[in-house]
Amino acid sequence: MTSGAGNRFGRAVLPVLAVVATLLSVWYVAVVPMNVKEVLTQAEREGAVVVPPSAAERRDSGRWSLVFANSHLLGASWSMDRSRLPAPHQVARELWASTWVEETTGRRGIVRSGSLSNRSLVYHGGVTLGATVLGFVIGSVMGVLLAVGIVYNRAMDLSVMPWAIISQTIPIVALAPMIIVVLYSVGLSGLVAKAAISAYLSFFPVAVGMVKGLRSPDAMQLDLLRTYSAGKAQSFWKLRLPASVPYLFASLKIAIAASLVGAIVGELPVQRGGLGARMLGGSYYGQTEQIWAALIVAAVMAAGLVWLIGWIERRTLKAMGAQP
Amino acid sequence: MEDPVIQALDLSLTFQTGDGPVHALKDVNLTVDKGDFVSFIGPSGCGKTTFLRAIAALEHPTAGTLTVNGMSADEARKARAYGYVFQAAGLYPWRTIGGNIRLPLEIMGYGRADMDSRVKNVLELVELAGFEKKYPWQLSGGMQQRASIARALAFDADLLLMDEPFGALDEIVRDRLNEELLALWARTEKTIAFVTHSIPEAVYLSTKIVVMSPRPGRITDVIESPLPRERPLDIRDTPEFIEIAHRVRDGLRAGHGDEV
Repeated sequence: MTSGAGNRFGRAVLPVLAVVATLLSVWYVAVVPMNVKEVLTQAEREGAVVVPPSAAERRDSGRWSLVFANSHLLGASWSMDRSRLPAPHQVARELWASTWVEETTGRRGIVRSGSLSNRSLVYHGGVTLGATVLGFVIGSVMGVLLAVGIVYNRAMDLSVMPWAIISQTIPIVALAPMIIVVLYSVGLSGLVAKAAISAYLSFFPVAVGMVKGLRSPDAMQLDLLRTYSAGKAQSFWKLRLPASVPYLFASLKIAIAASLVGAIVGELPVQRGGLGARMLGGSYYGQTEQIWAALIVAAVMAAGLVWLIGWIERRTLKAMGAQP
Repeated sequence: MEDPVIQALDLSLTFQTGDGPVHALKDVNLTVDKGDFVSFIGPSGCGKTTFLRAIAALEHPTAGTLTVNGMSADEARKARAYGYVFQAAGLYPWRTIGGNIRLPLEIMGYGRADMDSRVKNVLELVELAGFEKKYPWQLSGGMQQRASIARALAFDADLLLMDEPFGALDEIVRDRLNEELLALWARTEKTIAFVTHSIPEAVYLSTKIVVMSPRPGRITDVIESPLPRERPLDIRDTPEFIEIAHRVRDGLRAGHGDEV
């Protein structure tokens, strides 16, 4: 039995590790051509002979040809400051420094100041998480209500869905600043404004999934309720809603990820903290390590949120008698 | 003399389809009395299920009159005059067997204590006592169908409409359920209308066999069964049984002959 459990663990974890290892090695290799021009400029300053010798000539030559012509000078590729593509360990160091180290030893860290440091990714992750969750809740409720309207009201059935689809074809990056400006003018800013963008992205998958879920009971099940002379409300609460639960959770997983994207996009114009603000700040000042670290925090957060919904899904379906 | 439970007079039902009208039922006349066990038998397309659905007010006749318990079919549906058993059990997977049987009771607003005792009673009636807390996937197909019969018996309807309830089950299970159904009919004194395409099933179960033929759907023969109400399974080997089965087969063949 224990070896069975071990096998199962191995089957689940080994493929993930293999993919991670592959990605890391591709990353490490890619660092060399990505940073080669800056590395060679620095080597030249330190007196090394670089082929070709002038920076202007190097600008026009291919990255790989520079790599092969100067292969002995490339040791600094993986330790450059503000490199075009930082190496994974540099990102990891930045991640560590901007979370644990900043909070435990930094002047503004939680240990010394009593509140989270505004330089730490814990703080910025929290800001983004707040907007994500608020937007997700608003968007999901909106999506469910829209779906109920679409299923029960013929006029909504014919009119709402095309607009919902159009709403999702407009690039959110273009729309986000406008939403922020409009909401600011009516007195809403910060968290609520970002949550509005999250909600805008997350209502759609929920609405689509719930329409399908609420319509999933077959003709026989609906006929059965007619033989009981059941009302519309009863058929909703006793049949349509429970039947839609599996569809709802599939949609919620998409919605929470979309909601995180919305919050980050919303933070670009707002610039009052959050992972989006860190990413934009990093790109202003060429702090690529900071961008990558924020990106990884965002990815880990998305994975955690999707996992959390999956966990609630498993618990709920189990309570609803699903076959294990 | 009591009013008939079901009375159809010159009943016709036409579906309008893209390929023109389909006459599912044409000039059907039938009377079903209280306590009858009526089987409808015929090839597919003969309108037997449509007729049952018309009695349940799930379809609406285009001509003629149909009364159920002296009311129109729609009024009877609203008065919850019948229980309907479909071809598939159609239990809600998120409710336990007990929860599924409680479904019509909840909708009809029965009290909690009343519900509990009713669930217990009907589960015993269909020999599923002890399965109240199980989910449908934990039961075999035959047991699920029994649970769906229990669901139709749980509330006070004197009429039970069954649309090929055992059609998807194997013969051994079907035999057993047929026997149980007869026992249940004797105990509950309900009126049962039963759609089937099995001749032995129709003859074994019924006090009245309605033979139907397709295009347009109509009744070709109504056989009052001379068999006693008490019927062991081996009654199927008696000459009377075989004679009725013959007459049913002849009726089916005659219906087909018209068409060819």
